[in-house]
Amino acid sequence: MKEKIRIASGQGFWGDLIDAPYNQVFRGEIDYLVMDYLAEVTMSILQKQKNKNPELGYARDIPELMKRILPQCKRRNIKIITNGGGVNPISCANAVLDIAQKLNINNLKVAVILGDDILDRIDEIISSGCNLKNMETNEPITIIKDKILSANVYFGAFPIVEALRQGADIVITGRTTDTGLTLAPMIYEFDWGKNDYDLLAAGTVAGHILECGAQASGGNFLGDWKSIPNMADIGFPIAEAYPNGEVIITKHENTGGRVSSETVSEQLLYEIGDPKNYITPDCVADFTSIKLEDLGNDRVRVYDVKGFPETEFYKVSCSYSDGFSASATLTYSWPEALTKAKSADEILRKRLENLNLQFDEIRTEFMGYNACHGPLAKQLDENDINEITLRIAVRSKDYFSVERFGKEIAPLILTGPPSVTGFAGGRPKPSEVVAYWPALIPKKLVQHQVKIFEV
Amino acid sequence: MKKIKLIDIAHGRSGDKGDAANIGIIACDNNGYKILEKYLTADLVKKHFEGICLGKVERFELPNLRALNFVLHNTLGGGGTVSLKLDAQGKTLAAALLRMELEIE
Repeated sequence: MKEKIRIASGQGFWGDLIDAPYNQVFRGEIDYLVMDYLAEVTMSILQKQKNKNPELGYARDIPELMKRILPQCKRRNIKIITNGGGVNPISCANAVLDIAQKLNINNLKVAVILGDDILDRIDEIISSGCNLKNMETNEPITIIKDKILSANVYFGAFPIVEALRQGADIVITGRTTDTGLTLAPMIYEFDWGKNDYDLLAAGTVAGHILECGAQASGGNFLGDWKSIPNMADIGFPIAEAYPNGEVIITKHENTGGRVSSETVSEQLLYEIGDPKNYITPDCVADFTSIKLEDLGNDRVRVYDVKGFPETEFYKVSCSYSDGFSASATLTYSWPEALTKAKSADEILRKRLENLNLQFDEIRTEFMGYNACHGPLAKQLDENDINEITLRIAVRSKDYFSVERFGKEIAPLILTGPPSVTGFAGGRPKPSEVVAYWPALIPKKLVQHQVKIFEV
Repeated sequence: MKKIKLIDIAHGRSGDKGDAANIGIIACDNNGYKILEKYLTADLVKKHFEGICLGKVERFELPNLRALNFVLHNTLGGGGTVSLKLDAQGKTLAAALLRMELEIE
């Protein structure tokens, strides 16, 4: 058994720094590169791409990245784990295998995890007695069934472990928890069992720290953010994991950013609910048990994590089409910038009303004044305001109303308050609103499969 | 009684979970955590976010991280992709909470 393994976070979301995974591979020692590409909205976008072209539906940055890192990863036996397979992990694997062949790489095993995509099984699942009711509203899924765009179960670490045990160099999954990507190599390398809940929780906590990339290593840090060095060359976090469940969070030497108790604490609190019940498919982790020790030199020891048995359910995330929205901005300058922007808003709303358009919501924000903090914004002396950007957004089930809203923005320049600018790029177009339906499904209704492809 | 600015004793991070936002607030030292634990109640947070948080506020304690976690329900205008808010994911709400002043003994 290895004495320790180094697991590197290469991507916090699809659209993160393109060179981050490259730097993780080339600027220091690592054993695993893990990349999270999937936000909830990503699944529906990928499903739409797959509907148009059955070869698509995965994170298309992956083949391009593989061209740059695959020879190096193969040489140094760095394994790659990613959920960037989206709704088409097999096509993603094929694209990676193509690249491998072009680079003359042999003996490469690419594993694909299947079974998370239940879009075609919704009727069957409902008829088996599971009504996939909304976790927040308790409504049955039948009320949105005709509008569903994608439906995926969140798998945990164990399907990936199975793939690693079959010798995979690269594991490509569909919907897998972000934490599972990091936990899996620990289970595999250190032979942790399904009932080693404290260890599974320790790996899960490490996964939570790594899942948003540099948000654990100095990015988006609300503490003394100005003291974070060299954010231009920020190093992404690395979990140095030990068989006893201890993890040291660090980053490559000579990179920017910082790993400290403060930066790690902020990430631990990101997007959590009840800290005693951090539920994953693998275990329930108790975030109130986590101990941190700042070792200095960008090293933080994470230890003593307690865990509990997993639940009998997987979480399901469905996306469905729920109308249309659009937003527009116009910028008003001194003098009386805020008064002008407020006046423009009133004029626009009156016109929309006169046109008898139907909206579920019209929202106005004054950027430079209250867009972020709403009623908490301090009163401003208009003499001190150089400019205000009016931002107005609408949502409706009616496409025509949203489209017409887009046509009413530019006219405000010549038919409303003065000293206005910033309208460029044409009329705002309606975009489809994709809403989410979180639900639970008994684990026994879903079966994962591991497929191995080789060159 | 004296007034203390939250931003002088704490930092934090916020994000979204559906239509709920969570705000993690971390004290800079042990004394700061004692103040947070005693004075920064769910009721105060609910009042602070009047007009923004339309649901209930839950408070969870993480003394191991010198932190409190607040979950603000019905806060993000329908959640991530439905919301018309500029800050649809509640990214700036941690900073918004740090605007608060606490009256302490």
